[in-house]
Parts: sequence; structure tokens; C-alpha cells
Amino acid sequence: MNKDFYNPVEGISRDELRKLQYTRLQKTIASALNVPFYQKAFKALGLSASDIRSLDDIIKLPFTTKDDLRNNYPFKMAAIPLKDCVRVHSSSGTTGNPTVVLHSKNDLDAWAELVARNLYMVGVRDTDVFQNTSGYGMFTGGLGFQYGAEKLGCLTVPAAAGNSKRQIKFMKDFGTTVVHIIPSYATRLAEVMAEEGVDPKKDLKIRILAIGAEPHTEEQRKRIEELLGVKAYNSFGMSEMCGPGVAFECKEQNGLHIWEDNVIVEIVNPVTLQPVPDGEIGELVLTTLNREAMPLIRYRTRDLTRIIPGDCPCGRTHRRLARFQGRSDDMMILKGVNIFPIQIEKILMGYKELGSNFLITLETISNNDEMTVEVELGELGTDNVGDLKDLVKDITRKLKDEILITPKVKLVPKGSLPSAEGGKAVRVKDLRKLF
Amino acid sequence: MIVEQISVFVENKAGSIEKVTIALANAGIGIRTFCTEDGSDFGILRMLVTDPKKAESVLKDNGFSAFCNKVVAAKCANKTGSLAYLLNKLAERNVSVEYMYAFQDNDEARVVLRTKDIELCNTIIEEQ
Ligand SMILES: [Zn+2]
Repeated sequence: MNKDFYNPVEGISRDELRKLQYTRLQKTIASALNVPFYQKAFKALGLSASDIRSLDDIIKLPFTTKDDLRNNYPFKMAAIPLKDCVRVHSSSGTTGNPTVVLHSKNDLDAWAELVARNLYMVGVRDTDVFQNTSGYGMFTGGLGFQYGAEKLGCLTVPAAAGNSKRQIKFMKDFGTTVVHIIPSYATRLAEVMAEEGVDPKKDLKIRILAIGAEPHTEEQRKRIEELLGVKAYNSFGMSEMCGPGVAFECKEQNGLHIWEDNVIVEIVNPVTLQPVPDGEIGELVLTTLNREAMPLIRYRTRDLTRIIPGDCPCGRTHRRLARFQGRSDDMMILKGVNIFPIQIEKILMGYKELGSNFLITLETISNNDEMTVEVELGELGTDNVGDLKDLVKDITRKLKDEILITPKVKLVPKGSLPSAEGGKAVRVKDLRKLF
Repeated sequence: MIVEQISVFVENKAGSIEKVTIALANAGIGIRTFCTEDGSDFGILRMLVTDPKKAESVLKDNGFSAFCNKVVAAKCANKTGSLAYLLNKLAERNVSVEYMYAFQDNDEARVVLRTKDIELCNTIIEEQ
């Protein structure tokens, strides 16, 4: 068993972990009760802090939703005076108020420790050169990884988002060995490298990628690893929980260890809100255990996932989350069928002939909701239209098997669809007439 | 004679073939002949060009999906019945033609032939 942990807490027994969680939960509740929102929520349930006598009593506690955060915009969720807060992050809200997260100095230290722990877990050391391609500013992927990698002692390159040619130049000139990047941008960067005549396997020293912030498939990860000659590890974070660092894959690449000294993990049925057993898919619900400025109780993340049952060969006792199955927000409903873009992406990534960009369009055609999937062709590989028609037929059939609806599949030339330069690519366009 | 043909994926919309010809012209590559094959949303533009290897890399650098393969460019006398004669020789040896097109090469007519076995096709043609 490998006991080379950044923090000994990674390997403590489940019993010790649960004791630690209970002690910290009590602190979280006490601190949350400084917030009028939680005072009201407890009162509505006739609940007081003393009712929580064990960890299992967590199910008595009220949930917190994104809307609750929006309604308390900007600082009404603060549990400590604003003068003791040192930073605010906010997520881009497409509707209404954005969500705001406050941090104390200790919160930032704890966050950096989590990120450092994650990077150390996959083999990053103080001798590494760490390049961060995330947007900085209010987006947590920038500063979150920045402070974590600095805490670990890496030489950090805060390249920030975009400008692919400059990214590649830094990688070459600074001898970058570790990169934090979103998956669609990693594929894009590989394309630019090819255009620039840079062979990542010979001309660059990159060996580790931290990828996240965007749902992606195992096929896409393998493709990125092959293209760049690296190991790519999944990172999970959300600004409401600090940002990146919440959960991360170990070298086994089989699930993301979620740090249970930092959060209490529940997976609940999104409709009944009742806990589901380990192994079953449900919505991830998290309770913060170390947060001073803005403790959150039973926060509904909207992320669908499951716990991978059993011990991890790496020796860490913190449970593993499976690859995310999408967000309830991304879900499309077409002809009564629930569809996630990641299901379509998974199929398309299986074809070597196709590029990495695709666009799903939903529209109403003579009172019928139809789906069109446009995907960029990669290499041509034939002089025959018939072969391409067969390819389209094969893709259509596989998509039908996956999503139970027959989409219209269109091959389009490279560069004609939106790609992800430092941000999330637009994958779905919904042009339907909504009655 | 075996020659290299360049195929390019093009969308069925205004200006898409033009883009290909501009990219080649800018690189100083001439098009000797071409034909198109039509699908519903897309088609393939096939060409014989003055410098096929360079054309392939120029097209790929310009973001096109291009493919290079071998075809037979058979001489065909400029008189009635010569094409029938040529095709008859292929049919006799059970060689079926997937597609063909023609062009004029310095006063000589040439027929571009795509078959499964290019070597065999070329041997039959050269025997004539
Ligand atoms: Zn592990």
C-alpha cells in the first residue's frame, strides 16, 4: 500500500474519519446559525443544533439550493463579519443574480491545501513547472489552482485562458510539466500544436494534465492522453464549495476521491431527496466542514453521480465519486426522453474520422421536435462519398441506440463549429418554439 | 500511368469549392482536371494537380479534410470507339470501374480511372 500522502488524513480509518466529520459538522452548524437564512430554516423545521447527536442525523438538516444563494446575494450568507473575509468569488449567472462565495484567510489556506493534496496525489512535486490555462478573475479555476500549485512549491505559469500559440510557446520555453486545462481546450491545443509543427511528445515535457470544469467522456480523456503523450486526471470542483479541489482522481484513474475531512457527501434521489445506497446514481449533496466565511449545509449541487463502492488500491480511505453523469441543468428533454449532451459526445468520440467539435440543434419542424447533430470531419480517409454516407448512417444508428431518438447527423468541414478557446464550447442550440 | 489524386471534403454551399481553389492558387498549385461527387449535405471534390504532395499539405494546413490516393490516367486516342476499346479490355479481365473522368493533356485525351486494384488496371492499360 502506498502511504506517500500529502496529508496523513488521506489514509485515516473510516471510524476516525466519521468522528472527525461529526466534530466538524457541529462547528459548521454552530457557525451557520449566525446566518439569518439558516436561523429561519432551522426554525421552520423546529430544529436546534442539539438535535444533531450523530453523523446520521444529518438527514434532519435543511437543504441549501443555488436559488437560496441567489436570494441572499451578495453577502447575506456570510457567517462571519465582512472585515474577516478576504476574497469573494462569483459564478456567472445566466439568469438573475450570480452566486457569490466568501472566503476567510483560513478558507483560502484550506482550499490551497486541498489543491496541493490533489496535485501531489497524481505525482506533482515542487520540481514541476505548472501552467494554468484557466481564466483567472472571478472564475475559481484560475486562482484556485494557482495557490494550490504554489503551496506545493511548483514553479507556476499563470498563463490564463486563450491565445493558443502563446500557451505552446510558454510550454516549450519554460519546460512546462503539468497543465490545468479543460478537456475541449486540450484537444484544441493539440490541433494548434500540429499546425505549428510542435510534437508534444518530443518537443514538450508535459507529463500530467489536470482536466475538469466540463463534462467529458473516458474516450475523450484517452484521446487527450494519446494526442499529448500525458496522463490526464479528472478534477472536480464548484465555486460554491470553494472551487477546484473538492474531489480528484488518484493514479488509479478510477473515480475521484472526495475529501471527506472537507465535506460530508450524500447522494440523494433528486425527486424524493432521500439518500440512495452507495453505487446508485443520484444528486450529489455536500455539507462543508471547514468553511468559516460561508458554511453550507446540504448544498444541492445538481450534479448527478454515484459513489464507487469498495476500497481504492491507492490506500486512501476517502470515498470515490464516479464520472459525472451530467447536470440536471444540461439535460434536454426531446419527445419526452431525457438526453444529456455527454451521451452524444461519448458516441462521437468513438470515431477516429471525426474531429472534436460538435453542435446539437433542437428545432420544431412542422410541429415535431427534431434534433440535428453536426460534427466536424477530421481526416477524410476516402475518395468516395459513399463511405461518408455509410459513416453518417453508422453514427445515426449508434446515437439512436444511446438516446432512443433518431437525430439527423450532418458532417461539416473542420473549423465550422464553435470550439472552446479557454471557455466552455456551446454544444446545444435550442431553437424550439415553446408553447 | 499511375498518378496521385487529391480528394477534398466540401460542404454543399456557395463558395466552398472556391475556397479550395483559392488555397491551391495561393500556393502556386495548378489544377489539371477535377470532378465532383455529390452527397446531400456534402460532396467530394477530386482533382489531379501539378504537385499532389504539396497540395495535400497545403489543403490540410488550411483546415480542409483532404485525402491522397492513386488512380490510373490512361491515354485514350482521340477517335470514335477508343474509350469503348479501353473499357472492353478492363471488362475482359473483370476489372470494374468505380468512377472515371477525362481531361486533355497536351493534345492527348486522358481518362482517369479509379478501380479497386490500381496496379492491375494500370498493367492492363499499359499492355495496350
Ligand atoms: Zn485512490
